[in-house]
Amino acid sequence: MQHVDPRDSAQPSDTTLTEVGIAAARNTASRVLVIGCGAIAREILALKAVNQWDHIALTCLPAILHNHPERITPAVEAAIEKHRADFDSIFVAYADCGTGGLLQQACERLGVEMIAGPHCYSFFEGNAAFAAQADAEITAFYLTDFLVRQFDAFVWRPLGMDRHPELRHSYFAHYTKLVHQAQTDDPELTANAKECADRLGLTYERRFTGFGDLATTLTAVARQSL
Amino acid sequence: MADEEDDIILSELETEDLVLQMHDDLYDGLKEEIEEGVNILLERGWAPYKVLTEALVAGMTIVGNDFRDGILFVPEVLLAANAMKAGMAILKPLLAETGAPRMGKMVIGTVKGDIHDIGKNLVSMMMEGAGFEVVDLGINNPVENYIEAAKKEEADIVGMSALLTTTMPYMKVVIDTMVEQGIRDEYIVLVGGAPLNEEFGRAIGADAYCRDAAVAVETAKDFIARKHNQVAAG
Repeated sequence: MQHVDPRDSAQPSDTTLTEVGIAAARNTASRVLVIGCGAIAREILALKAVNQWDHIALTCLPAILHNHPERITPAVEAAIEKHRADFDSIFVAYADCGTGGLLQQACERLGVEMIAGPHCYSFFEGNAAFAAQADAEITAFYLTDFLVRQFDAFVWRPLGMDRHPELRHSYFAHYTKLVHQAQTDDPELTANAKECADRLGLTYERRFTGFGDLATTLTAVARQSL
Repeated sequence: MADEEDDIILSELETEDLVLQMHDDLYDGLKEEIEEGVNILLERGWAPYKVLTEALVAGMTIVGNDFRDGILFVPEVLLAANAMKAGMAILKPLLAETGAPRMGKMVIGTVKGDIHDIGKNLVSMMMEGAGFEVVDLGINNPVENYIEAAKKEEADIVGMSALLTTTMPYMKVVIDTMVEQGIRDEYIVLVGGAPLNEEFGRAIGADAYCRDAAVAVETAKDFIARKHNQVAAG
């Protein structure tokens, strides 16, 4: 597979992906719409660009929905209903993502497919590999590249640690390490991830994952719809 | 709530105002003020159980309601819980001495593979506040831990918590094992955690899914009352 770097494409800002998402940019070639999470938008756009998937359009919901997983399923359902008349098919680029199976049920009901697995930490690493080491890693706190860049928006501020640093123990007492699942080789991001680990009082481990099952899954979607 | 309270001297407040002030202080997560308030009420002759229920539990109930209604969020609830915990630490030995009412006994823990305990700790605390004896098994509990503790402690209730979609199915392993051992009906099984819902609770054979600590307390009380009624009828 070709080398894919999300930094190569024209990208929306991380803040936009966190708070707003991105609207579907349809062109005449678009037949498939991927409704994705803003947290993986850069990676999907990079795959789309490098593979020249012009027949695939992308819309992303705000990544911050992850801090309220109960809002993900209704938001995805609404997006499917909004766009389904305009495309031959829709693919949902979410895993279960804390919806407790509700997103899967909704997708089945609406006749669309989604990414297999519990969450992006799993599919970036590869669902099988992630599951195989799950028992040995229950004290690991994971951050993807996107979450390293948006650490304050997703972790530090929502958990109130900007205002009450003493809460760190309440949240992280049982964690031992921060695993940075790196989608790219980026020394600056590695340094930032290390700093996140220091702020949480955790040891740091960098683990290059690339795009994992996201790449293979979307490649299959793209091929099916050619 | 806290802005105009800088000059308030707790010991100078009338008891009724002090209790209301403690509700505010709990809401604001002021641990030292709660400890001071508890000590003042005890010095004024309040029974430990009365301090617990009217000052701490009542205050924490306001916090819980505002959390449920989206007015407060996890950090604020945690601060309030830490303040209440500090107050309860003073009261606990005294409650044992003075013979506070006992509602029943609960064994509670986070399931195997899961290290998250904020919700479980809140439930434990509120259950204790409501007069339940709680045996906290901590995090990452295999089925043996639940069953051994439930038997050893002669528990009325087994509580299980999970934060992860990947770990919540383990609750069914525990319940299925209880069924296999023929002991399922000896316990009230309550489950909770962010990714759970009522449907999941029913599907795995729990007695109830509890969406938050306040609901857990009310559900536990309800089931215990039914259990007593059954015994009385039988």
